[in-house]
Amino acid sequence: MTKISKAEAEYPSFPMARSCPYGPPKEYEEIREQAPISKVRLAMNGREAWLVTRYDDVREILSDSRVSADITNDGYPLMLPVPMEILKSVPRALFHLDHPEHTVQRRLIMPEFTVRRIDAMRERTLEIIDEYIDAILAKGGTVDLIEELAMPIPAQAICELLGIPVEDRHFFHEYVAGILGKDSDPEQIAVREAEMAAYIERMLVERSENPGDDLVSNLIVRNEEDGFGLELAEIGILVRAIVAGGHETTANMIGLGILALIEHPDQRELLMKDRSLASRAVDELMRIFSISDFGTSRVAMEDIQLGDTLIRKGEGIIASLAAANHDPDLFPDPYRFDITRESVRNVGFGHGVHQCSGQTMVRMQLELIFPRLFERIPGLRLAVPAEELPLKNDSLIHGLYKLPVTW
Amino acid sequence: MRLAVDREICVSSGSCVSSDPAVFDQDAEDGRVFLLHEAPGPEHRDAVLQAVHSCPVGALKIVEDG
Repeated sequence: MTKISKAEAEYPSFPMARSCPYGPPKEYEEIREQAPISKVRLAMNGREAWLVTRYDDVREILSDSRVSADITNDGYPLMLPVPMEILKSVPRALFHLDHPEHTVQRRLIMPEFTVRRIDAMRERTLEIIDEYIDAILAKGGTVDLIEELAMPIPAQAICELLGIPVEDRHFFHEYVAGILGKDSDPEQIAVREAEMAAYIERMLVERSENPGDDLVSNLIVRNEEDGFGLELAEIGILVRAIVAGGHETTANMIGLGILALIEHPDQRELLMKDRSLASRAVDELMRIFSISDFGTSRVAMEDIQLGDTLIRKGEGIIASLAAANHDPDLFPDPYRFDITRESVRNVGFGHGVHQCSGQTMVRMQLELIFPRLFERIPGLRLAVPAEELPLKNDSLIHGLYKLPVTW
Repeated sequence: MRLAVDREICVSSGSCVSSDPAVFDQDAEDGRVFLLHEAPGPEHRDAVLQAVHSCPVGALKIVEDG
């Protein structure tokens, strides 16, 4: 039996639970003050990893070319309850690739997400938002906004982006609901994931024969014409990564953002009086909630000096976005939700080469949804006490399972 | 001020364009940054500094300040 020294045995367990919808786990503050880069022990497998909590350190390590995002590296801080043999047996998606594979795949998809391309989707996105708000108003009574708004809007947006035909969209929406629901069990999720993989595979074959005006066709054509050299199966994994990366995160931000604006009427009024604050409001919501806290885990490929700490080759690194976004050196009074905050850009979408590729699209959706919802349903309020809202404490991405409202 | 961009390391995040669309743009073909103005006037200073800071990979540089 390996002897564990007292200090090692006492490394705090990770991840730490969030106690309320807002802000990171309380422990981060003490860690940042006392030892901003310090060891934690992973609840998943008992391994050690470095937790990085200061904004500057998080940015520095995430833009360091000597770190890897390879989840199959033994030093990677594993947070998923998936055995390593299984992880190693499936091809890695964009999130977990390193240069040069990552660079190639990112370059293939990014022309689809330029600011100009996303701006062109604004009008249609507002129509989608209005359709779902119409349905909510027609329904009346108590409505769960996670089910009726937060989940379907990003799902519908992705359907249209990928060019999924109208008759297949119910399948896509059911997939999203089945994956994200509170009562989804792992077996059901695995079945739905397999169905989605098969669906995307069929779609790729169809679009290679008959390319249309949609993201999937564009990827196939660009790959071919510009010599990216990806196999069709690799494009399929990339499309699944766009689906996976695009719906749960956005849905969770919609739900939490609505909650924050219901619970902070002063901030909501500011936004409704001056719509030009929408972009800053979205930034502030991204900062406060930092819903993907440790998706930015890495492993050191060489010895790296970060501040006073020497991170050894092979050691795991958790660059906590939630901790960085509550660093009081950059964000004074960090727990205060203030949409007029004039501060540096937070790292809610990550930093470095893996920074969220869909961020422009997500920002656009969020900037439209919040003001529109409160404009059309000004009396929106919670139908249950805020303390009773079920938090996704068991998920990698922070969010709410339900948001029952009335008006 | 005079700017330089490194297209080789650009990851097309678009943060620069959202910071100041009058100075930065993205190539429609490959999504990567290009400059609309290499020497933007002082009225762009704050937005350019924000763009430089928020670039996730440090692809934007102020090569001459003032």
